[in-house]
Amino acid sequence: MQDIAESNRYKAEVKNLSFFYGTFNALKHIDMVLHDKKITALIGPSGCGKSTFLRCFNRMHDLYPGNRYEGNIMLYPDNVNILSPKVDPIEVRMRISMVFQKPNPFPKSIYENVAYGLRVRGIRQRAILDEKVENALRNAALWDEVKDRLSDLAFNLSGGQQQRLCIARALATDPEILLFDEPTSALDPIATASIEELIADLKDKVTILIVTHNMQQAARVSDYTAYMYLGELIEFDETDTIFIKPQHKQTEDYITGRFG
Amino acid sequence: MSKQSSEKTDHVGRLGYSYRRNLHERFIESVLFLSAFLSVIIMLAIIAMLVKESVIFFQHVSIWEFLTDTQWTPLFNDAHYGILPLVTGTLVSSMVALLVALPLGTIIAIYLSEFAPFAVREVAKPFLELLGGIPTVVYGYFALLFVTPLLQLIFPQLPGFNLLSAGLVMGIMIIPYVSSMTEDAMRAVPMHLREGSYAMGATRFQTAVRVVAPAAFSGIAAAYILGISRAVGETMVVAIAAGMQPNLTWNPMEPAATITAYIVQVSLGDLPHGSIGYQTIFAAGLTLLLMTLVFNIIGHIMRKRYREIY
Repeated sequence: MQDIAESNRYKAEVKNLSFFYGTFNALKHIDMVLHDKKITALIGPSGCGKSTFLRCFNRMHDLYPGNRYEGNIMLYPDNVNILSPKVDPIEVRMRISMVFQKPNPFPKSIYENVAYGLRVRGIRQRAILDEKVENALRNAALWDEVKDRLSDLAFNLSGGQQQRLCIARALATDPEILLFDEPTSALDPIATASIEELIADLKDKVTILIVTHNMQQAARVSDYTAYMYLGELIEFDETDTIFIKPQHKQTEDYITGRFG
Repeated sequence: MSKQSSEKTDHVGRLGYSYRRNLHERFIESVLFLSAFLSVIIMLAIIAMLVKESVIFFQHVSIWEFLTDTQWTPLFNDAHYGILPLVTGTLVSSMVALLVALPLGTIIAIYLSEFAPFAVREVAKPFLELLGGIPTVVYGYFALLFVTPLLQLIFPQLPGFNLLSAGLVMGIMIIPYVSSMTEDAMRAVPMHLREGSYAMGATRFQTAVRVVAPAAFSGIAAAYILGISRAVGETMVVAIAAGMQPNLTWNPMEPAATITAYIVQVSLGDLPHGSIGYQTIFAAGLTLLLMTLVFNIIGHIMRKRYREIY
């Protein structure tokens, strides 16, 4: 009973997750939870496996041969292990969306970019598409800037606008979890600030997991923070705890900039 | 500017230009320029030759007659000089070829670029390229002696020489050009665009058709244009398998001559140099050149309009 009550507050639970690129063991025995409608940040030095970890959540590794998962990521309330070979990665990606490091709009209009996920799901009714596209663009704080040129090519937008378009695209299908892979590393400080603000606003609607290189960013936007090093999860706690009094010396060294 | 300061700045010492290095660079540059320019010169020489010889032809035959007469019988006593039968022969055989080559070439490219496992691609690509390396005369006899009899099983009234068989075989011949260039264009689309599509829950096919193909559009258009130019300019297959009788028809089941087949026929014949009959091949050649030029210009415009932006 305790377990069930506990898992109500969790959106996902990672249990003893290991991941292999061929023979290379990139993630080692990770245990962690994603709290429902909270923002969890993954920090750590380059190559520590944080992006690899993030990409397990939408089974991105299935796209390339030779990759192997071990362990579970339980998705709640379904109580299903999304890493199970019986689970279709497409179904997982329908519910867990992702925003990439570099804005990657499709060679389509602004409207069609946002509508993409809906069209892929077979939705054709114009009224539904119009409504969902508008909502997604409003939630991504882009509607006012693009509402008069929805049929323009997405490439004509600025870098920050393109990234917000990618967020709108990810939001249009009402995902349960939104994954961000260093979403601001290709953007200037002003665009970064607007994306961070947006991410903070989104947490009422969706559970967020964000990889970031930028510790200030983790401190600013997240509720929980996980510090990773060489494929291992060193420390996971509330963001305030991690940044004010981390349990591990290594975490402290990284956060204070003595190492990293 | 005072004199003193200009004296100061004129002094360069060991930082001055090296005479030897300059000479060497100039030499290399001119060699590179000449090599690049050679193709332009050859192109201009071909056009000049075609135009000059065609002018002689058009002094005897009006352009109006050339473009509107429905018969092409320059070698008969009752000579007619209407290019239309040759143009329709060229267009019909090309159309048949493209109906084979463009869809199949595109499907093969999508499979190889987006679906095929590494091992399959490594085997399939050399075989495809081999298909493009077979001499066209072999394709010609393949059409005449194998494909036509096969088609006659389905259409018993099909004549021994016909545009359909020639066009089909020509299409097979062009597939590797279309598929190879289309595949290159699709594979050049960066992975992060594909990942973006997969992350939205798209299948491989949806990703290939809705994201990768539009992103590679300009390269695909270039592949199609190359395919069209190959079909229009192909000579041997049609000369062997389509018969060499000029025939104003849109029906691929009939025999007909294409512009290229006619040129071969006359060039190899014993028409006296300088006769009107002989001059016709230049007028026909100029027509062919203009046709391919139009396709290339269309391709160029399309490439510009839909240039690759990732």
